[in-house]
Amino acid sequence: MGLDFLSSILFATVVAGTPLIIVAVGELVTEKAGVLNLGAEGIMCVGAVAAFAVAHHTHNPLLGILAGMVAGMAMSLLFGISALTLMANQVASGLALSIFGVGFSAFVGKPYESVALASVPLVPIPLLHKIPVLGPALFNQQGLVYFSWVLLGAVAWFLYRTKAGLILRAVGESPVSAHSIGYGVVRIRYQAVLFGGAMAGIGGAFMSVFYTPMWVEGMVAGRGWIALSLVVFATWRPLRVMIGAYLFGGCMIMQMFVQGSGAKVSIPAQFLSALPYLATILVLVLISRNRGTIRLNSPASLGQTFLPDA
Amino acid sequence: MWLKFEPRAEPSRLMTYLSPLLAVGLMFLSGLLLFWVLGKDPIEGFRVFFLYPMRDAYSIAELFLKATPLMLCAVGLSVGFKANVWNIGAEGQLLIGALAGGWVALRFEHSTSPFLLPAMILAGAVGGMLWAAIPAFLRTRFNANEILTSLMLVYVAELVVSWLVHGPWKDPDGFNFPQTKVFSAAATLPLMLAGTRVNIALLFALGALVAGWVFMNRSFLGYQMKVAGQAENAGRYAGFSARRSVWFGMLAGGAMAGIAGIAEVSGPVGQITEHISPGYGFAAMIVAFVGRLSPIGILFSSLLMAVLYVGGEQAQQYLSLPSSISKVFQGMLLFFLLGSDVFINFRPRFVRRRK
Repeated sequence: MGLDFLSSILFATVVAGTPLIIVAVGELVTEKAGVLNLGAEGIMCVGAVAAFAVAHHTHNPLLGILAGMVAGMAMSLLFGISALTLMANQVASGLALSIFGVGFSAFVGKPYESVALASVPLVPIPLLHKIPVLGPALFNQQGLVYFSWVLLGAVAWFLYRTKAGLILRAVGESPVSAHSIGYGVVRIRYQAVLFGGAMAGIGGAFMSVFYTPMWVEGMVAGRGWIALSLVVFATWRPLRVMIGAYLFGGCMIMQMFVQGSGAKVSIPAQFLSALPYLATILVLVLISRNRGTIRLNSPASLGQTFLPDA
Repeated sequence: MWLKFEPRAEPSRLMTYLSPLLAVGLMFLSGLLLFWVLGKDPIEGFRVFFLYPMRDAYSIAELFLKATPLMLCAVGLSVGFKANVWNIGAEGQLLIGALAGGWVALRFEHSTSPFLLPAMILAGAVGGMLWAAIPAFLRTRFNANEILTSLMLVYVAELVVSWLVHGPWKDPDGFNFPQTKVFSAAATLPLMLAGTRVNIALLFALGALVAGWVFMNRSFLGYQMKVAGQAENAGRYAGFSARRSVWFGMLAGGAMAGIAGIAEVSGPVGQITEHISPGYGFAAMIVAFVGRLSPIGILFSSLLMAVLYVGGEQAQQYLSLPSSISKVFQGMLLFFLLGSDVFINFRPRFVRRRK
């Protein structure tokens, strides 16, 4: 294996991991506020199709990202109305959002299925991209890759170094206490849900405008669900999301490894495609088997409906 | 003026039953709106989507055909949902059931034995149960979230189907299409009504509804599961095993989904292809919720869901809209239901907003 090959594998791993980071970090903030939004898959799909449509008509990928973000927020608003205002079960509301989003994106996206988008040029970072092997892999990347790194740092800083982050976590740990000292639990949860929706929308936009770049029904292929699992894998800590995301990114491009290694084994393509899903199950098992880890790290009120007047 | 929800002293029984109707009404209204937004005549759109699927005897038979797998999956899922066991992987269990039963059909393709079909159905149920046993085991043994694991297994099941029909199970005389041989007559479910496609799987589904009702309302385990779902701590203090709820909830869902799967491939589909199910396993979750997790409710909601499926085909044919419009309506229906359910536990009141 040559160094160029190693570099291209690394490059592809980072690209494949990026939407997972963005979506998982958004979901992490949502869950830190005590809200379990299982709709990430649906939000990603709608974000992807909105971004694709706008990028296609305006020829501007940035406007595409913006559209994906807005669409993601609109979708998560639906979830908020159901789970926060109307106090419906969060699991069911999230499932509804996923079913609706997958169907809605397939419906709206039909006319765009045969359309191709020009690929977006990479953004080299001066000097750094000249580092051998690592340079071309990490510092001559899609703009959103850098965004995902900044996002991780910003969210880690926000959650653990700011007052607003502390309040958000308090709302997730004990909404009743937070409410009793005057914090608007529902308002803060809405903000967290909208942030999660915006990030899932951007994650979807990355898929359709930068990653492929095209729109096909089913292209999100469970990445929203994998991102949800990543949050558990990361035990609700932002920086660990990155490790997990690149691990899964590597799994997703396993096919490239196999072809590039020149190995003469004939593994059906479907087995390699199944790897990320099997890996997800495996990491869920490894992390969850220690009940203490989950109990210590998950927000205490996760998934529970908060009644404002109780 | 400001809308406020005040908790009711007791959940409203009336609203429990009215809420699904309200949700359907809201879905109809937003259907009119949707057709209008799409530049179609709303009344015409409504007629094609919601009424065409019921226009004659053959259409109604088609509704029952589509409702069959939905009923089976939904009644199985409802057992788990009552105990807060979230099996969202019925789609995968359906596919593996179809494969397991299909394997029997293909292995004994020359058999004319009357036991072939029962063996296939049994294999289908076992296949679905095995696939559902994975998340059940991972949940009870390793505490892994069954929502995520059962869903991941849907993707894996789809890939297994894809591998088999592209590879080892591909019909050698099938012009290279990714599909198996067509099942023999002995491996095909007999029709119930000549001139329609409705087969005896409908009877299994109706039987499953009855069995589900008896289990939930007349058995001790069913009672335990209901208690565990409604008041987890009460269930624990009473010594009801949470582990058993998970296992039973998952396996019931898996078995029913597996039977739905084999009934599809030995019924309307007739062979194993990559398109065994248009998302029946997912739609069945909506069917279960809209049917209030009760067998009688599921009977009606599965027919409604069948209307949405057939309506999508009609919309494609007569309004040139993508058939995925069905899924838009499915999602809306569940959202409206969850929203309407607020009235069960809360009373709406208009209050003057405090300055």
